[in-house]
Amino acid sequence: MPSSCFLPAFICDPFAYVGGGLHGALGSNLAEPLPTLILSVAAVAMLTTIIAVVVMSQVWTERRVVAMMQGRIGPNRVGPSGILQPVADAVKLLMKEDIVPFGADRAIFLIAPLIVLVPSLAVWSLVPWGPGLGVADIDVGILLVLGLGAFTTLGILMAGWASSNKYALLGGMRVAAQLISYEIPLVLSAMVPVLWAGTMSLQGIVEAQRGIWNIAILPVGPVAFLLFLTAGIAEVNRSPFDLAEAESEIIAGFHTEYSGMRFALFFLAEYANSFAVGAIASVLFLGGWLGPILPPYVWMFVKAYGVFLILIWVRSTLPRLRYDQLMQFAWKVALPISLATLVITAALVSLTQGSVA
Amino acid sequence: MEIPVSTQEEVVREGDLLTINMGPQHPSTHGVFRMVLTLDGETVVGCRPVMGYLHRSVEKLAEERTYLQDIIFTDRLDYLAPMTTNLPFAMATEQLGGIEVPERAEYIRVIMCELQRFASHCVAIGTFASDAGAFFTPMMYTFRERERILDVYEQACGARMTVSYIRYGGVARDLTDESVTTIRDFVAEMDRNIDEFEGMMTRNEIFRARTVGMGVLAPDTAVAYSITGPMLRASGIPYDIRRAEPYSVYDRFQFDIPTREGGDCYDRYMVRVGEMRQSKRILEQALKDLPDGPVVGKIPKVFRPAKGYSYARTESPKGEIGFYLVSEGRPEPYRFHIRAPSFINLGVLSQLVVGNKVADAVVILGSIDIVMGEVDR
Repeated sequence: MPSSCFLPAFICDPFAYVGGGLHGALGSNLAEPLPTLILSVAAVAMLTTIIAVVVMSQVWTERRVVAMMQGRIGPNRVGPSGILQPVADAVKLLMKEDIVPFGADRAIFLIAPLIVLVPSLAVWSLVPWGPGLGVADIDVGILLVLGLGAFTTLGILMAGWASSNKYALLGGMRVAAQLISYEIPLVLSAMVPVLWAGTMSLQGIVEAQRGIWNIAILPVGPVAFLLFLTAGIAEVNRSPFDLAEAESEIIAGFHTEYSGMRFALFFLAEYANSFAVGAIASVLFLGGWLGPILPPYVWMFVKAYGVFLILIWVRSTLPRLRYDQLMQFAWKVALPISLATLVITAALVSLTQGSVA
Repeated sequence: MEIPVSTQEEVVREGDLLTINMGPQHPSTHGVFRMVLTLDGETVVGCRPVMGYLHRSVEKLAEERTYLQDIIFTDRLDYLAPMTTNLPFAMATEQLGGIEVPERAEYIRVIMCELQRFASHCVAIGTFASDAGAFFTPMMYTFRERERILDVYEQACGARMTVSYIRYGGVARDLTDESVTTIRDFVAEMDRNIDEFEGMMTRNEIFRARTVGMGVLAPDTAVAYSITGPMLRASGIPYDIRRAEPYSVYDRFQFDIPTREGGDCYDRYMVRVGEMRQSKRILEQALKDLPDGPVVGKIPKVFRPAKGYSYARTESPKGEIGFYLVSEGRPEPYRFHIRAPSFINLGVLSQLVVGNKVADAVVILGSIDIVMGEVDR
């Protein structure tokens, strides 16, 4: 339990509190592997539910905030201030026909949304919500997060290819090139906090920021954070890097032919991913769950949501880059800067901590 | 200079090319325009514009109806700038029938047309930013101001878009003092609003990256294709009918003709912004000098112009719009022809698009600023 939380234990860390109690109750009746197994399944189910709720809040926030920025009102009919609009949208999409276009590669077409969605949900299981609080905490957490992020590419490429639609194909091809390019600055900038903390565990990286947040380490912190955010936006295909679904150019890109719930799955994945980018950026640079007074999971949520708000802000402000400009930026600007940042960090670490971790 | 007849047939390589059919149902073809693009990867190697999806046979319909009834067709040509389309038709009809227009009506015409230019350019630069990939934010800001102009129109004549306000002999109804005050308030805020639009686009790094040097139209090509309007002036030719052949009372106002040298998409945008500022200057002067008096001249009960023909042209927000009317002494025109700037400016599209990326095709089309109602007629 962090010393900063002065509230009762069941508020500071409700999951450990309830989980511990449940584990005790189950353990008295069942043999050992079973209680752990049941609780793991419960944790996964709970996480999935939380993701669904958070994504709905994200959709509502984005629509309202963008509306505010554009001098509009935004959805305000379903529920108070339109807060139930995402629910209505989801219900509508569920009732729509699931169309598979003629000439599509049926099997790949049907499975592609899942390939996109599952990794984006899996990333959430690695997010540390508090000390020891998270579905999984593994030693190479950041590596797995980045690997899962790259997995999305495959699903989008599959969707673009299998749709048998030229716009979808263009979108799919764009994504493949774009994500591979931005993967590199993303990984390199994520290595800065790793070097600083000397561990790849997300919990370890957060713990290492108890003194000072990584973003405040001059001169590398802010640069690495901006690079990570930029590459992260490109990674989740949001404006100004939303070339894969560039509405004004290629209609809806890779999901042009999708309808109903499969379309919704792409949307769910996109928002789950944007929040995950926010969460990982907070873990790496903004001190994760560290913060005074409030419980750690609240801090984590606030920070991740804050980064997501930056994403909304960027989206409603900037036009879209062109394909070749995007690649140019990745290879000629982002890559050298991230390499330089990494080298400077390594030098700083060896100077201050004696050896490169 | 040499003008290739078609760029599509020049494509001889096959196999790796992809033909995509952009439109007639596409988010950024500004209506039901269709471009058949041949792509090599992302690069456009062939572009064939296809028009006609909004053809309503306006010219023939107009020849079956009286001059008064024909006014409503002019609203529906450039439906984003009905006032400036009303005006040349009214002028052509007045030439044909020898009708005098009272002074106050001329001033009201200028005021309405300059407001219209502002509104039309609002749509042009707003949708242009959306074409460049902005998430509709500049468009919402520009449409907010356009909405206020439509409110003025509603006050003046009851309609927001299909105004039929400028008619031969004058204007449909007088401007009330309330309307004049509304317009004055609006004009007072115009500069601030233009600054706001510019703040979102003019110095935006990505916007510049997308538009500077994109779709360059050389001055001689522009002249060869008889391009007019902001597109021509962005190529460095200061040709504006308000100055070259002043109509109405435009010769009484001080204003500049903004030109740029580059001829690219960015320059077309900058010329439009410059014209919005000049519209403000004209509006201020016109509102200051607005005389009193009648707004409709002497019009015969049954309008039957003598045999003859007339041609009137004005500077619409899209370029030179002209009406050619032939009268056989009947209440209907014998011939009703429209020189539509959108249509003629569109002619150069495939020249500009070929060689650029598919994303640029959309930006270039947006910078031409077409209205399908006028292209297809």
